[in-house]
Amino acid sequence: MTKTGTFKLKSGLAQMLKGGVIMDVVNAQQAKIAEDAGAVAVMALERVPSDIRSAGGVARMADPKIIKEIQKAVTIPVMAKCRIGHFAEAQVLQALEVDFIDESEVLTPADEEFHIDKTPFTIPFVCGARDLGEALRRINEGAAMVRTKGEAGSGNIVEAVKHIRKVTAGIDEIKKLLISKKMKQLNDVAIKYSVPVELVINTAKLGRLPVVNFAAGGIATPADAALCMQLGVDGVFVGSGIFKSQNPAKTARAIVDATAHFTDASKIAKVSENLGDPMKGQEISDLVQKMSDRGI
Amino acid sequence: MKLKNIGVLGFQGDFVEHIETTKKALNKLSFEGNIIMVKTKDKLQNLDGLIIPGGESTTLQTLCIKNGLWEDMKRIKYIYGTCAGAILLAKKVLHKTKNQQTLELMDIEIDRNAYGGQISSFEKKIKTKLGNFDAVFIRSPRITKTGKNIVIIAKERNEVLACEQRDKDKYYLVSCFHPELTTTIFHEYFLKKIYSQ
Repeated sequence: MTKTGTFKLKSGLAQMLKGGVIMDVVNAQQAKIAEDAGAVAVMALERVPSDIRSAGGVARMADPKIIKEIQKAVTIPVMAKCRIGHFAEAQVLQALEVDFIDESEVLTPADEEFHIDKTPFTIPFVCGARDLGEALRRINEGAAMVRTKGEAGSGNIVEAVKHIRKVTAGIDEIKKLLISKKMKQLNDVAIKYSVPVELVINTAKLGRLPVVNFAAGGIATPADAALCMQLGVDGVFVGSGIFKSQNPAKTARAIVDATAHFTDASKIAKVSENLGDPMKGQEISDLVQKMSDRGI
Repeated sequence: MKLKNIGVLGFQGDFVEHIETTKKALNKLSFEGNIIMVKTKDKLQNLDGLIIPGGESTTLQTLCIKNGLWEDMKRIKYIYGTCAGAILLAKKVLHKTKNQQTLELMDIEIDRNAYGGQISSFEKKIKTKLGNFDAVFIRSPRITKTGKNIVIIAKERNEVLACEQRDKDKYYLVSCFHPELTTTIFHEYFLKKIYSQ
């Protein structure tokens, strides 16, 4: 019997993306540049996050026309974003046959209480998380992949680093509890996170998140990507960092190289040379809207 | 039995799953081997076999060429490719991108993303010469033609799902699905070929 939309297939696609770079693109031409540079997937958007910030107003799912154009332009997987809790937008994205849906805090949330129940969908979901509790809640809702929220469109890596470290610290804590067989405390953690205790125990046993975990939100240079990889993520999303840089094609290739060779500093030095100006970036304290506070 | 060096191309894709499955397969067979993650040219030297994982074939090709691995990969005598890895081994590829190249080692024609996008990805119990098991097809390619020196290992409704090619001292194995996610039998089969040389 043939089965589709199983969790193995959903999480399996995420496995195939590991070690790779997923790039935000807003048209077919950018999508081609990303594919040629060696991106493992593209995120089809109407605006990159830094433009969403400056445009203000309500940010929604992209126009299906843009998504279709990008799907036509490339052979690598195409992802698209829907608003947190907006299951109707997610249904539309599934009808468009995108390969992955990002239920994203970069767009204006549609539901302040609930995320989408991701289990009935055939298409896998990736969701943002700032700490282990958020990550496990999203996995429990059916997410097949997790990414840090970081701070999208900021060009500032500090929030992504904070979120990677928090997830790691959370896993270290439950690992210790499991080794010393403190089942009562593990149960308390599960209650605090609002997830089943089995998920907490399974994560502690694995010593990592049970799904693929990427960094996102603020990656602007090859060294940023290498930093996140060395901190233990499986790959990186680059949003505004590529097409808001002075030389997108070269920056894209350099970030792909740095992600593949994240421990090879001399290689990263070589690809970082003469890239031109990276995206400008912002201090987190100067931001009017912190996107990462959305959808916890 | 002599210790062998098994490489797994480690730039991108599910190379960790291949490393784990190869470890398990070595244990089951009681073979001794070094598993080497390959990202640079020097790691290709002294390999007895190489596994090319699932991932994105365009990304894998770009990184292999850029890092100077491409020509040396063609000299490896035993290669196993799953999904994207199968595409890299094929002589002819349908629906490739403008700049896409392959190693052109195996006499097969393969169609990229032949079943469509992720919505068409599927799991299925399949029969193979090596045994029956659940196979996972993720944005899988389809083998559309095979040369006369190709031996078929798995076939369903006239569709070739896995096959091998022996050419003097060269041996290549491909599967459109991902055994590394469900079974060790393909890795055991590949290792037996290497260890019996």
